[in-house]
Amino acid sequence: MRTPLSSILLVLFASFVGSFGAIFLKAGADRLERTVKGVLTNWRLPAGIMIYLTSFGMYTVAVKSGELTILYPMVSLGYLWTLIWSRLVFKEPLTRNKFIGVGMILFGVLVLNLGNR
Amino acid sequence: MSVSPEKSHKNRVKGNTMVVACTILGATAQMLIKRGTTMMPPLLDPSGGSPIAQAPLIAWKILTNLPLFGGLACYGLSTLLLVLALRYGELSVLYPIIALTYVWVTILSVFLLGESVNAFKLAGLVFIVLGVAVLGRKEKDA
Repeated sequence: MRTPLSSILLVLFASFVGSFGAIFLKAGADRLERTVKGVLTNWRLPAGIMIYLTSFGMYTVAVKSGELTILYPMVSLGYLWTLIWSRLVFKEPLTRNKFIGVGMILFGVLVLNLGNR
Repeated sequence: MSVSPEKSHKNRVKGNTMVVACTILGATAQMLIKRGTTMMPPLLDPSGGSPIAQAPLIAWKILTNLPLFGGLACYGLSTLLLVLALRYGELSVLYPIIALTYVWVTILSVFLLGESVNAFKLAGLVFIVLGVAVLGRKEKDA
C-alpha cells in the first residue's frame, strides 16, 4: 500500500496543530485557581482540548489512505514542535537532554511501528 | 492570582510521576476502547430506516457499551491529571513523557490481545524508555 503525499502532509499538519493543544493546556494549568469561578472561566483548558480533538479528527481523515506504520509515528513529531513552542511561549530552556530525549523517543516510536508491520 | 507550585526538584519529580500515571490511564483507555469497538454491533441497521429515525437506538448502543464508556472516562481522567501535572514542571519535559503510552499499549497488547513480540518492538520500547529517562534527568544547569 502506497502512502499518498496528501496523507503525510495532513498528519504533519495534525501533529503541528496538536502541539498547540499542549500549549493551551499548559497555559491553562499555570492559571488554574482552586475556585469554581476560576475553573469555569479558564477558557484555555477547553480551548486546548478542542485543539486536540481537531488534530485527532485530521489524523483520522489522513489515515484512511496510507500506511499506518508510516503515519502513526509521525504524530510523535508533536513532541518536537512542543519543545520549540515551550521555548518561545514559556521561555523554557532548550537543553541537550531535551533534544536527546525527544530524539530517542521519536526513533523508538519509529522502530516500534516497524515491528507492527 | 493563580497559585503555581514552586519550581523545586521535589515538585518536578511530582509532575513527572503524575504524567507517568497519565500514560497508564491513557493506555488503559486505548485497550478499553479497542474492546468496546470490537464488541460494538453495527451502529446503522440497513433495514431500520433513516439515520435520524435510528438516532435513539444508536445513542443506546453507545451508552450501554461499558468498555467504550470506561475507556472514554479513562481518557477524561488522564487529561485532568495531565493538566494538574503540568503545574509542577516544564511542558517541554512533561509532554514527551506521554510517549510511555506506546510502551504500555504494546505490553498490554501482547498479554491481553495475544499480539506477537519481535526485535523491532523490543528495540522501540527500549529507545522510548531511555528517551523518557534522559528527559526526566535532573539538568546540571537547572
